[in-house]
Amino acid sequence: MNAAASRMVDCTDGAAAREALAWQVLATVEDPEIPALSVVDLGVIRHVRTDADGVLEIGLTPTYSGCPATEVIRHSIEQALQEAQTGPCRITNELSPPWSSDWISEEGRRKLAAYGIVPPAKGVSSPRQLAHPDRPMACPRCQSAHTERLSEFGSTPCKALYRCRDCLEPFEYFKCI
Amino acid sequence: MSAAATATTAATATTANAAATAADAVGPRASLAYLLRLGDLSLVLGQRLGEWVGHSPALEEDLGMANIALDLIGQARLLLSYAGEVEGRGRGEDEIAFLREHGEYLNATLAEQPNGDFGHTIVRQVLLDAFQLELYQRLAASADARLAAIAAKSVKETRYHLRYSAGWLVRLGDGTEESHARVQSALERLWPLTVELFAADEIDRAMADAGIAPPLEQVRAAWAARVDALLAEATLERPRDQSHAWFGKQGQHSEHLGYLLAEMQYMQRTYPGARW
Repeated sequence: MNAAASRMVDCTDGAAAREALAWQVLATVEDPEIPALSVVDLGVIRHVRTDADGVLEIGLTPTYSGCPATEVIRHSIEQALQEAQTGPCRITNELSPPWSSDWISEEGRRKLAAYGIVPPAKGVSSPRQLAHPDRPMACPRCQSAHTERLSEFGSTPCKALYRCRDCLEPFEYFKCI
Repeated sequence: MSAAATATTAATATTANAAATAADAVGPRASLAYLLRLGDLSLVLGQRLGEWVGHSPALEEDLGMANIALDLIGQARLLLSYAGEVEGRGRGEDEIAFLREHGEYLNATLAEQPNGDFGHTIVRQVLLDAFQLELYQRLAASADARLAAIAAKSVKETRYHLRYSAGWLVRLGDGTEESHARVQSALERLWPLTVELFAADEIDRAMADAGIAPPLEQVRAAWAARVDALLAEATLERPRDQSHAWFGKQGQHSEHLGYLLAEMQYMQRTYPGARW
């Protein structure tokens, strides 16, 4: 292997290591409104790659187009990467394909449930299914399936409000989109 | 996950390169006007719904109004930022949203109508949610990749909006004598303004010819079928179509827009360049 080729390999390995480090850092960046979840759990990081100019590019997609958390997430990512010294980075806004609650990771779904928010039903982001109000499976406290919707909209754009009709506790449900 | 995501983005980028932009296809003037029509509709309607915050009949409705307003303003930001780039004068979303004059807003007149009572707001919302849903579903296949991406994002949100407003339309229409009378009367007042939504002018036709936007008669047929079914379920009577007298899409608005703009623009005009 000649020197130039070996430098290229080094460079590629360096980029892969830097991207891997970036993913690790991103896994520590919290969603400001649901701090139990990282931005990786939430599925809003679409890619991490090294561009031709050596800049680390993070593709970020919003959950809802008006979600105010998106700006905060952008700043948190920039700050976290800076602290980890991953070098120059750029955050791009990826609108397409649009974010889906199906992109929340398995770990993210477990964390949501442990946090007291019922995770979205899986695989219901097809238009036909969205036409019908989706129901959470069970009350996160007592597991009763006897629940009712209080409000289609909740404290953040991504959640709806429900109540358990057995233990009477209100709870939040992550909407399917 | 990262490999899959990268592949998706690469595919999207290829499509974007292959597709025309609205500005290439029909020229910057017409595309700017078209983007302002879409963006201003969301902006002005979002501003109206925001007026309910703290005044809704119940907490759940307050949350609903605020959430829908937030989505609409988010959509407006995407559309107006794009409009600013097409215009090419260096104006960003804030300047476009807050520093234009009355006649430069191109929203359909229906969006700026005052809230009235809750039923009146719901009727306006059903009519416009159904319009945006049918329009965005088709715009998601636009030859302009950026517009298609904004529309595909907005469709998901708009479905929730219509589910909410349609639910209330049925409850109020098929509710008490009083609630029925109120929403029927709101429908009579607002119906004539729906004609403008589908009145195609040269901009709408140029957009449709270039494959940027769907033909409005197609949107109208789908909208009418959806709205008719909802009105039937809500036991409401569809008013007769009339010729329309307002042309907000061309910058000729009802008296109500000026008051809305005074409220909405106050902060930016009093403290120019103010930021959060």
